[in-house]
Amino acid sequence: MTALLSVTALDAFYGDFQALFGINLELGEGEAVAVIGANGAGKSTLLKSLAGLVRNRPDAVRLAGRQIGDGPAASIVRLGLALVPEGRQLFPSLTVEENLLIGAFGGERTSPWNLASVYQMFPVLQERRRSSVTVLSGGQQQMVAIGRALMSNPSVLLCDEISLGLAPIIVEDIYRMLPRIRDNGTGIVVVEQDIARALRSTDRFYCLQEGRVTLTGRAADASHDAIHAAYFGT
Amino acid sequence: MSVVAVHEKVEVDGDAATAPVWQVRVGTSLSRAAAIAALAIVVALALLPAIASRNLIQDLIFVFTMLTLAQLWNVLAGWGGLVSVGQQAFVGLGAYALFAGVIMLQIDPVFAIVLASLFAATVAAVLGPLLFRLEGPYFAIGSWVAAEALRLVCAQFKTLGGGTGMSISPSDLTQMMGLKWAQLAFALRPAAARDVLIYWIALLLATAVTLGITTFVRSRMGLALAASRDNPAAARSVGVRTDRIRYLLWIVVAFATGMVGAVVYLQKARISPDAAFSVTDWTAYVIFIVVIGGVRTIEGPMIGVLTLWGLINYLAQYGSLYLIVLGTIAILVMLFMPKGVWGEIAWRWGIRLFPTQRVLSRNSH
Amino acid sequence: MIGLDSVIEGVLLGGVYALFALGLSLIFGIMRLVNLAHGDLILLAAYLALSVTTTLNIPLAVATLLIVAVMFVAGYALQRLVLERVLGDDILPPLLVTFGLSIVIQNGLLLAYGADSRRLQAGAFESSSVTLADGLNVGLAPLAALLTAIAAVALLQLIFYRTALGRAFRATADNPQIAQLMGINERSVYAIAVGMSVAVSVIAAITFGIRANFDPSIGPARLLYAFEAVIIGGLGSLWGTLAGGIVLGLAQTIGARVNPEWQILTGHLAFLVVLMVRPRGLFPSRRP
Repeated sequence: MTALLSVTALDAFYGDFQALFGINLELGEGEAVAVIGANGAGKSTLLKSLAGLVRNRPDAVRLAGRQIGDGPAASIVRLGLALVPEGRQLFPSLTVEENLLIGAFGGERTSPWNLASVYQMFPVLQERRRSSVTVLSGGQQQMVAIGRALMSNPSVLLCDEISLGLAPIIVEDIYRMLPRIRDNGTGIVVVEQDIARALRSTDRFYCLQEGRVTLTGRAADASHDAIHAAYFGT
Repeated sequence: MSVVAVHEKVEVDGDAATAPVWQVRVGTSLSRAAAIAALAIVVALALLPAIASRNLIQDLIFVFTMLTLAQLWNVLAGWGGLVSVGQQAFVGLGAYALFAGVIMLQIDPVFAIVLASLFAATVAAVLGPLLFRLEGPYFAIGSWVAAEALRLVCAQFKTLGGGTGMSISPSDLTQMMGLKWAQLAFALRPAAARDVLIYWIALLLATAVTLGITTFVRSRMGLALAASRDNPAAARSVGVRTDRIRYLLWIVVAFATGMVGAVVYLQKARISPDAAFSVTDWTAYVIFIVVIGGVRTIEGPMIGVLTLWGLINYLAQYGSLYLIVLGTIAILVMLFMPKGVWGEIAWRWGIRLFPTQRVLSRNSH
Repeated sequence: MIGLDSVIEGVLLGGVYALFALGLSLIFGIMRLVNLAHGDLILLAAYLALSVTTTLNIPLAVATLLIVAVMFVAGYALQRLVLERVLGDDILPPLLVTFGLSIVIQNGLLLAYGADSRRLQAGAFESSSVTLADGLNVGLAPLAALLTAIAAVALLQLIFYRTALGRAFRATADNPQIAQLMGINERSVYAIAVGMSVAVSVIAAITFGIRANFDPSIGPARLLYAFEAVIIGGLGSLWGTLAGGIVLGLAQTIGARVNPEWQILTGHLAFLVVLMVRPRGLFPSRRP
C-alpha cells in the first residue's frame, strides 16, 4: 500500500534554532495516526511543516507520491492536506457559515464535504450559522475549525491539539466524529497531549521528544512503560 | 578587541580566580581612533572661516543643519519608534519664533534662537500626548496634519508677513552678539560676518546633537527604547518606562529641530509659511539622507548628507528632475539596500566608527 | 450666516472627501498599509484623464472606465513589484518607499504637465444645477459626487460581505498566516486590494477634477484630507469613512463661512478635536 503521506528525514528550523531532527512518518489511506509528546517536543512544528507554514526540502514530505515539502501553504491545501490549527484560530470577522465557506476557498472538490454535510455532522453549527464565531463555546469553535478544514475535502487531515481547553465530554463528542471522516478514505494525524485519548482513537502512534521520534508502533500494543520512557526521555 | 562568537564553549575552571571575566563594552580601538579624527575635523571646520569663501560657508551651514535634522529624525524614528513626517512643524515654529523675537521683541538674535527652541519644545509637549494616540503609520500622517495646521496658523499672523512672508531688516540684526568682533577679525561686512557667526552656531549644534545622540543611544535610556521598539510587551515586563522616555525624546528633538529652524532662517533673513514649513526641504531631504546613509546608525546620516549635497550640486541645474532622482534612489535603496550605504558597509565588514551596540567581550587575566 | 445652504455645501464637499478616503480606508483595513503616495496617485489619475480626453478626444465617461482599468493594473503591479517587498513588521520601509513614490509622482507630473492649474472638461454637466426643493438649487456635479461616494461604499460593502473575495479580504486582514491554510494566496489578495484602492481613487480624481482646478503639487493635501476623513470616521468601517468625509466637509465649509482663509485650518482642527475627544473615531468598527 503506497503511503498517502510520507515524511522522510524532515528537519525544521526557526531561524538558527533546530526544532525537528530527521523525522520519519507514514500515513495510509483511512488510517489514523497519533503524534504524542511533551510540550516543546515539536509536535506543532511537525504539523506546521506538513501544512507548509514552515518550509522544508521538497522531498521531505510527499502527499500521494507528490513532493510538497517546499510548497506554500496555499498550494498544499489545494492538493488535499488540511490543518486544524492549534487554538482553533477562527477568523473573528467572519460568521460561523463564512468561516466554513472560507475553508472551501481554494478547493475545486465539493464532495463529500460541503456546507450541508458539515451541518449534518455538527447540527449545532447550523443553528448558529449567522453568529459571530467569537460568541461560541470552545467546543463549538472546535467544531467550526474542524468543519472549516473539511470543507477543502482533504485526503489528509491534521488535527493540532483539538482537545485543548475543552471539557472531557465535549472532547468525547468531537473524537466520536473522527471515524466518519476516516470512512471517506481521509487519513488523519492527531496531535494530542492526552495520551490515552490519542491511543484510543488511532491505529498507530509516534512519540516525539526534543524534536526526534523516540518510539513508534501500533496503538493497541503500546506499553505504558515504553511510552513513559520515550515521552520523557529517561 | 574582537567580538566573541556565541557558540564558543566556555570552560569554567575550578578556581574562580583564574576564570575569564565577561565585560559589556561599547567602544573599540577603531571607534576611539574615529573619535579623535572627528575632533580634529571639527577643529578644522571651526577654523575654516579664515580662508573659506562666503559660498562655501553658506553651503556648509546647509550641510550642518541638514545633518542635525537627519540625526534628530534618525533617533526619533530609529530608537524612539516615532516615524514623523511632520518635523517641519518645529523647523517652522522655531523660525517664526525667532522672527517674532527679533522683530517684535527686539531681542539679540542669539538669545532669540534659544527662546525659539524653547517655544518649539513647548508646542511639542502639548501636541505630543494628542498625536501619540495614533499608532505607527497613522502617527506619521497625523504629525503631517499637525505641521500643516501650524503652517496655516502662522500664515494668519500679518505682523509676521502673513501668507507671503517677510524679511528681517538688517538694522534689527546689528545688535547680534559677537557680530562686531567677527567683522573686525575677518574683515567682513555685517552680512558676511553674520554668516560666519551662524556657521559656528550651526557647527556647534551639529556637533552637540551628534554627541548627545551618541551618548543617549549608548545609555540605559537608549537601550530601553531599543528594547521597547523591538518588543514593547517584553520591555514593559522588565519595568522599562518607555512612554516617558519617548515623550522626553520627542520634546528634546523638537527643541533641537526648532533651533535648526531659527538658525536657518536667521541666516536667510527672509521667511514665508510655505518655505518654513516645507515638507520637501525639512522632511523629504532629511528622510533621503537617513535612508541613503542608513537608519539606526550614527555614521549613516553623515554619509547621507554628503551624498545629498553632491546630488543637489550636480543635479540642481535640471530642475524637478533632481527630486525625481532623489525619490527614485530612496525607493531603490529601501528595496535593495534597506540598511543604507553605511549600514551595508558596517554589517559586511564589521566596521563601526561610532558604535551604538553593546558587545560582550572577554578579558582574560 | 451658517444656513442650510452651508450645510448642504458641506455635505456635498464631504462626498468628494469620502471618495478620496475610500481607497485609503480599504488598504488600511486589509493590509494595515499607509500609502503616502495616495494623494499623488489621485492626481496622476486626473492628469491621465486630462490627456486621454484632450489628446485622444475620448468622452470623459469612456475615459473614466479606461483609466479605472489601467490604474487597477498599475496598483496591482505596484503592490506585487514594489510594496510587497517592504511590507512586514517594521513600519519604516513602506512609509519611506511610498513617500519616495509620492515625490517621484509629484515631480514627474510637474515635468510632464507643468505647474499650471488644469481642469477636466465635462461640458454642461459641470455647471448645471438641480432643484431639490423650492429655493434650493444644488450643483449637479457636486450632488453626483456625493451619490457616487454612497454608491461606491455600497458596492464595496457588497464585495466585502457577500462575495468570496470579500471573505478572503476579511480573513486575510484577521490572520494572514491562517488564511493561507485556506488556500488564499496572500500576495494576490493584497495586490487586488491595492488595485481596487487605486481604481476607487480614479473615481475620486474624476469627480474632483471636474469641479476644481488641479496642479501637480496638491497631491499631499488630498492624502491629508483622506486620512482625516478615515480617522474622524473611525478605522475599519467604510460607512464610517463616508461619515468622516462628510464631517470634514462640513467643518471646512463652516470654517470658510466664518473666514475664507480658515477653510482648511478648520478641517485640521476638527480632526485634532476628534482625536482628542474620540480617538477611535465617530463610528469605529467593533473589531478589536
